[in-house]
This record gives sequence, structure tokens and C-alpha cells, in this order.
Amino acid sequence: MLLSVKDLRKIYHTKQNEILAVDNFSFDLKEGEFVAIVGPSGCGKSTILSILCGLDKASSGTIKTSKNLKFGYMPQGDNLFEWQTIFKNCLLGLEINKQVTPENKAYVKRLLKTYGLEEFENAYPSNLSGGMRQRVSLIRTLATKPDLLFLDEPFSALDYQSRLAVSDDVYKIIKKEKKSAIMVTHDISEAISMADRIIVLSNRPSKIKNIYEIKLTNHSTPINNRKAKEFAQYYDLIWKDIDYHV
Amino acid sequence: MYSLEHQQYLKNIKRHKFFIRFTQILIIVLLIAIWQLAADFELINTFIASSPKEILKTIVSLYSDGSLFHHIGVTLYEVIFSFVVGTVIGILIATLLWRFKFLAKVLDPYLTVLNSLPKVSLGPIIIILAGAGTGSIILMALFISVIITIINVHQAFMNADPNKIRLMQSFKATKSQIFFKLILPSNFSNIISACKVGIGLVFIGVIMGEFLVSKAGVGYLIMYGSQIFNLNLVMTGIILLAIMASLMYYLILFIEKRLSK
Repeated sequence: MLLSVKDLRKIYHTKQNEILAVDNFSFDLKEGEFVAIVGPSGCGKSTILSILCGLDKASSGTIKTSKNLKFGYMPQGDNLFEWQTIFKNCLLGLEINKQVTPENKAYVKRLLKTYGLEEFENAYPSNLSGGMRQRVSLIRTLATKPDLLFLDEPFSALDYQSRLAVSDDVYKIIKKEKKSAIMVTHDISEAISMADRIIVLSNRPSKIKNIYEIKLTNHSTPINNRKAKEFAQYYDLIWKDIDYHV
Repeated sequence: MYSLEHQQYLKNIKRHKFFIRFTQILIIVLLIAIWQLAADFELINTFIASSPKEILKTIVSLYSDGSLFHHIGVTLYEVIFSFVVGTVIGILIATLLWRFKFLAKVLDPYLTVLNSLPKVSLGPIIIILAGAGTGSIILMALFISVIITIINVHQAFMNADPNKIRLMQSFKATKSQIFFKLILPSNFSNIISACKVGIGLVFIGVIMGEFLVSKAGVGYLIMYGSQIFNLNLVMTGIILLAIMASLMYYLILFIEKRLSK
């Protein structure tokens, strides 16, 4: 077991009142697994992710991780630093942790090369397409060699077509590098197309409403997965769970 | 090679730019010509309104007795010194306010009061504090420029992208790493904007200071000219100031271009 969360609870305090954002949240993550968390917007999905990667504190509950587990967090958008070259951008995490060794540099270069960004090493982010930027952002996170990736609505800033292409791209890289991942999204089809397991959250306070093991015939890449015949059934089930009201 | 239509398009852009520049120059030439003609035909009282020729003569005479560059130099020194010191102090204090949110909240009303207070009213106190000399002039310029630099830069620092900050926090970045790797470089253009505002205010402060206490400088020339009722000298001072202020502004633009490359 890579990660084991038990009875997570988070209360937000404001001047007017206190808000129970997350309640009774438990789940286990297996190695190499891709888990998506979906739920209505504002339900506290991102809160859970922030707590898991240590940016936020839980009010109660326990999080157990396997020894020396390293996290990589990807917030919304690509968050590239416009004033630095692509290569420099990729070194950000390493620089912060003072790990800019020749080996790590070579590792970053290899990643850039593997994912078709070699010739852009010395370019600035503004010269790259949205998809390439997202790829750089992922490589920046991979540079610190995390075992587990946290993706917080990573593609929400992209238009629909790029979103499909980029999620396909990112998925392939994550699988190729054999990383585990937890992704928060409000896009049901994105979740079904990418995840091995989907956790559906209820409205605030977020509780687990359902967990689905996604089993698609001819499971392959996200774009192809959308063609699987079970796709619509899962979509339907999750849509009903989310209980969306206008 | 571009298509004919594209060449035409580029040509039009060039022509348009040229036309703007041409009109700009035409306006200043016309203004000076009309001013001079009005003076020649005695439509205006040159004793009060001066004239371009008289101003030129004043500049030449200042130049020949060697005081022209002395006055310009004194004012420029005061301006550059106050500007550099003011900008550094402003950014340092803004950094402290960014780092210590408590301090920022505590000081907020004081900054607001100081910002709206007409700093000229501090003149007498400044003179008593720093004596009737260059010190007072620089202090006046600092008082006028620093507060707004602090407010502008702090505002910019606080508006840094929260997602980028979270990203850095996820890498376990320290506050100073966040500052030097993200906050400072991402606010480069905002700091330049603050500099542009700052340089204008420093000029106001320096001239104000020179009006109050000085033995040299362009502000002194203007003050002295008005006291002996030599309006040529006053006008000359104003023109010199206009040239200096715009040169400083373009200098900042130039630095901005160089650094952002």
C-alpha cells in the first residue's frame, strides 16, 4: 500500500461560522494506481489533495504512507515561470531542494528529450503551445523523482481539444514513468478515461459517495478509452451520484 | 519574400508611425515659432512670458559663466541619489511587509495617512532635522517618493499567483526561496512601473526641496529668477527640468528593455 488515509476530516473556520469541508474520508492507494476524485465544484476535492501533500492540515484523521514516499504536486494551470528557460523551469524543484547535481540535470535532459522538448530547452515558455507547456510542467514535477503525483484539476485552463490531447499525453508519461497518481477533476469523462479507480464525493461536507473500479474493454489511452462501450454507463452512474442541480 | 499585400501592410504601419512622430515634432516647432513670433510682434509681454530666443540666450550665458552644468549636475545628483535610495528602501520595506503580514496589517493605516499627507508640510521639520542643505532636499524627495513605492510594490508582491506559490510550497520552498525565485522576478515589470512613478515624485521632491533650501540646482535657478523677477531664468529652469525629467524617464525605459531581454 502506497498511501492509506483514514477518517480524514477538515473544518474551515470563517468569522461567520465553521464549515465542515471534508468528513469521514478514507481510502487506500495501491502502487502504480491512477485514482481520480470527482465531485461537485466547491465540494472540497482540492482540500483533500492539499492535505494529502502536506500543504494544508487536517482537523483529524490519519494519513499513512509507505516509507520515504515522495510527492509531486501539480496545481491548476502549468505555472511555468515566464522569465526562465524551459530547462531552468524544469530545475525549479531541484534548485529548491539543492539537488542540482550533474546526474539530476542529465535526468531532466533525458526527460525533455524523451518527451520531444529537447530543442526547446533554451526557449522561453511563451514560445510553447499549451500542450507543450503542460508537458514541461509535468517534467518539472518528475524531475524531483516523486513516487506519487497529485494533480489538482491540471487541465482546467485548457480549451476542450487541447484538454483531450494533453490529458492523453500526461497519462502516457505518468504510465511510462511508472508513477502513481491522484487526480482531482470536475470533468467526469476525463476521470473515466484516465483513472483505474474513481472516488465520487458528495456535496459539502465531502463524503465518499461511491468508489468505482473502472474496467473498460480494450483499456488503452484516455482518448481511446472514451470509445469503450462501458464509458457511457460509468458516466451515467457518476452523473447520478453527483446529483447536479442547476 | 512577403506578398504584395503584406508589404503594403508593413509600409502602412511604417507610414503611420512616421506620421505620428512628424505631428509630434510639428507641434513643438509650431509652439516655439508662435511663441517667438508673438514676442517679436509684441503681442505678448516678453518681460512676463519670456521668449524662446531669450531662453536660449539665458542658457548660453549660464553656459559661458560655467554655472549651467553645475546647476544641472546638482539637481541630477539629488534626483538620482534620492531615486536609487528611495527605490531600494521602498522595495526593502515592501519585502518586509510581504514577509510579515502582521506588520503589514499594523502599518496599513499609518501608510495610508502618510500617503495622503501633503509632504510639503513636513518642509520646516525636515529643515530643522537635516539642516539647510542637500540633506534636506534628499529627505524631502524621499518622503514624497518612498511611501507610494512601498504601497505599489507591496501591492504587486501580494498579487503573486497563488498557484505558483503552492507549487513552490509543495517543493518545500522556504519563504526566502519563494521571494527570490518567484515574487521578485515575477514582479519585474511592476517594479519598473513603480520606478516610473517614483522618478516623477523624486523630481517633485527635489525641486520642492530646492525651493525651500538651496544654493544651487535648477530649482534654485527658478526660485532665484522669480525673486529678482527674471522670468527668462524661470522659464529656462522649467525647460531644463522638462528635458531632464523626460531623459530620466527614457533612461528607465531603456533599462527596462535591456533587462527584460
